[in-house]
Amino acid sequence: MRPISGKRRETLAAYGFLIPNFLGFLAFTSIPVVLSLIMAFTHWNIFKQPFWVGMENFSSLLWMHREGGRLVPNDPFFWQYVYNTVFLMAAIPLGMAGSLIVALMMNQKLKGIVILRTIYFLPAVCSGVALLILWKYLYNADIGLINKLIRMVGEYTYLSRVSGFFANPPDWLGTVHWSKPSLLLLGLWGGLGGYNMILYLAALQGVPSSYYEAAEIDGASGWAKFWAVTWPMISPTTFFILVMSIIGGFQGGFMTANVMTGGGPAGSTTTVEYYLYQTAFEKFNMGYASAIAWFIFAVILVLTLLTWRVGGKVVTYE
Amino acid sequence: MNRLRRSTRIALYAILGLGAISMILPFLWMISTSIKQPNEVFASGGGLNFLPSHLFWRDSMLGGEKIRAWWGNYPDAWHEINFFRLYLSSIFVAVVGTFGQVLTSSMAAYAFARLTFPGRDKLFFAYLATMMVPGSVTMIPVFVIMKHMGWINSYQALIVPGIFSAYGTFMLRQFFMGLPSELEDAAKIDGSGYIGIWARIILPLSKPALATLSTFTFMGFWGSYMWPLVVTITEQQRTLPIGLRYFVGQHATNYTQLMAGSMIALIPVLLLFLFNQRYFVEGIKLSGIKG
Repeated sequence: MRPISGKRRETLAAYGFLIPNFLGFLAFTSIPVVLSLIMAFTHWNIFKQPFWVGMENFSSLLWMHREGGRLVPNDPFFWQYVYNTVFLMAAIPLGMAGSLIVALMMNQKLKGIVILRTIYFLPAVCSGVALLILWKYLYNADIGLINKLIRMVGEYTYLSRVSGFFANPPDWLGTVHWSKPSLLLLGLWGGLGGYNMILYLAALQGVPSSYYEAAEIDGASGWAKFWAVTWPMISPTTFFILVMSIIGGFQGGFMTANVMTGGGPAGSTTTVEYYLYQTAFEKFNMGYASAIAWFIFAVILVLTLLTWRVGGKVVTYE
Repeated sequence: MNRLRRSTRIALYAILGLGAISMILPFLWMISTSIKQPNEVFASGGGLNFLPSHLFWRDSMLGGEKIRAWWGNYPDAWHEINFFRLYLSSIFVAVVGTFGQVLTSSMAAYAFARLTFPGRDKLFFAYLATMMVPGSVTMIPVFVIMKHMGWINSYQALIVPGIFSAYGTFMLRQFFMGLPSELEDAAKIDGSGYIGIWARIILPLSKPALATLSTFTFMGFWGSYMWPLVVTITEQQRTLPIGLRYFVGQHATNYTQLMAGSMIALIPVLLLFLFNQRYFVEGIKLSGIKG
């Protein structure tokens, strides 16, 4: 059956429109995915010829060996970095709760709310290297604003005589104990009033007021109204933010580590993504780095599917 | 929503106000440091010294030969980092990249949304599926491809891989699907071709979606960090974030200049945001629309 000429013209036109995007998509997404998979099974330092090593990259990355009767991971650093990444991802639920609370407050009829919203959104707009430089300075042990404030509080309230913390506040980014919590706090500060808050605000404004009125007739108080009406009505937004945050979170932490800490001290702020960068572009171990990339992909995929599964039961769509 | 009680209102203002102070204080500290003398930053002793001591007069105490204005850190940082060059690179990369992405995405989205051809839905599904692939997976092979093409340390490497976006195509397709078909039919009757319909009907009707995609793509290129770090080597191709990063490497403890430099990098972004706040907020809302 020959297609009629109008249809054929449409098909040709469609291919014409698609071709630029499709070729780019092929060159910078599809082919790279295949290449990456192949590279993950090789040793390659990009200067010499790659050679096939089978599962070796994956077994050195993920597996363990016996050492003096104990099982030791083949790459203990990697698991430390996985732990760091997961630790920093604790900012996701905390930040989401914070953003929701701020959005709930911003949704009230208050004067000057636009100004407040602008101020809360500032960190999100300014995010980037400049802001990280600023925070590195704020966290400075001797001359940073945070420690200056802590010392000042200690002096005025005489707390510095009781607790060494106020007299001698910690070197936030320089000690293994404080480096991760410090970065977590920075993430919370930057995200509280940002994109997630705006998404929540939009969702809150989308809840029909008749729902609240109906709940009031049933005698629901403020708290009960939140759980019975608001929470289910904004659950698609919660779900959306959660999935996007997980995807971003597991590949995150590169810029922060690169600008602020160099991944240290003692690797305590090195995330999986930063390890990937170091492996690929400082040690030029492309095969191993590709294996790390596929590990990231697998984890994101599993986490997303899991969220999807659970979300399907909990999320309410109108 | 009912009116709030007085006590509730006061409590809300107190909490939000406290939060607002913690949001804005770091920025005030940044401004304050950027107009200080280097020795003031390291001055020990209690207090915050929020106001630099040299704010209202010219400083001629440091040796006497060099007279500095209170804003002197700014021109110093400007020349030290070669900001002019960095801005030029960043703007060029972001503008060309955004234009490229909006162009190719809107073309592909038009085909997916308004034309029928064999294999359309399967191909679209393939696009959607690749949105799952994280940037970490494609980065290394794309770097290798760049190396083979001799594009390392070039503007092409900064721009071209970022142009082709499944996300942009998806977003515009959703928007195009919602457009009424009457105008399109009328144009067809008038003998308009597909390119004419795309350029004169679809694109003008989609200004809000195009503006949103442009804003986000521009911000993406502007803030992009890891990729430019990987593919630039010399100073000429560096974008603003990379330039700032190297500045930190060279002047690790020169905080007055670092803060002045960071301010120079932030000011245009801040101004753009303050004057176009509405579009930012609308854009974010649009980006969160599902299904």
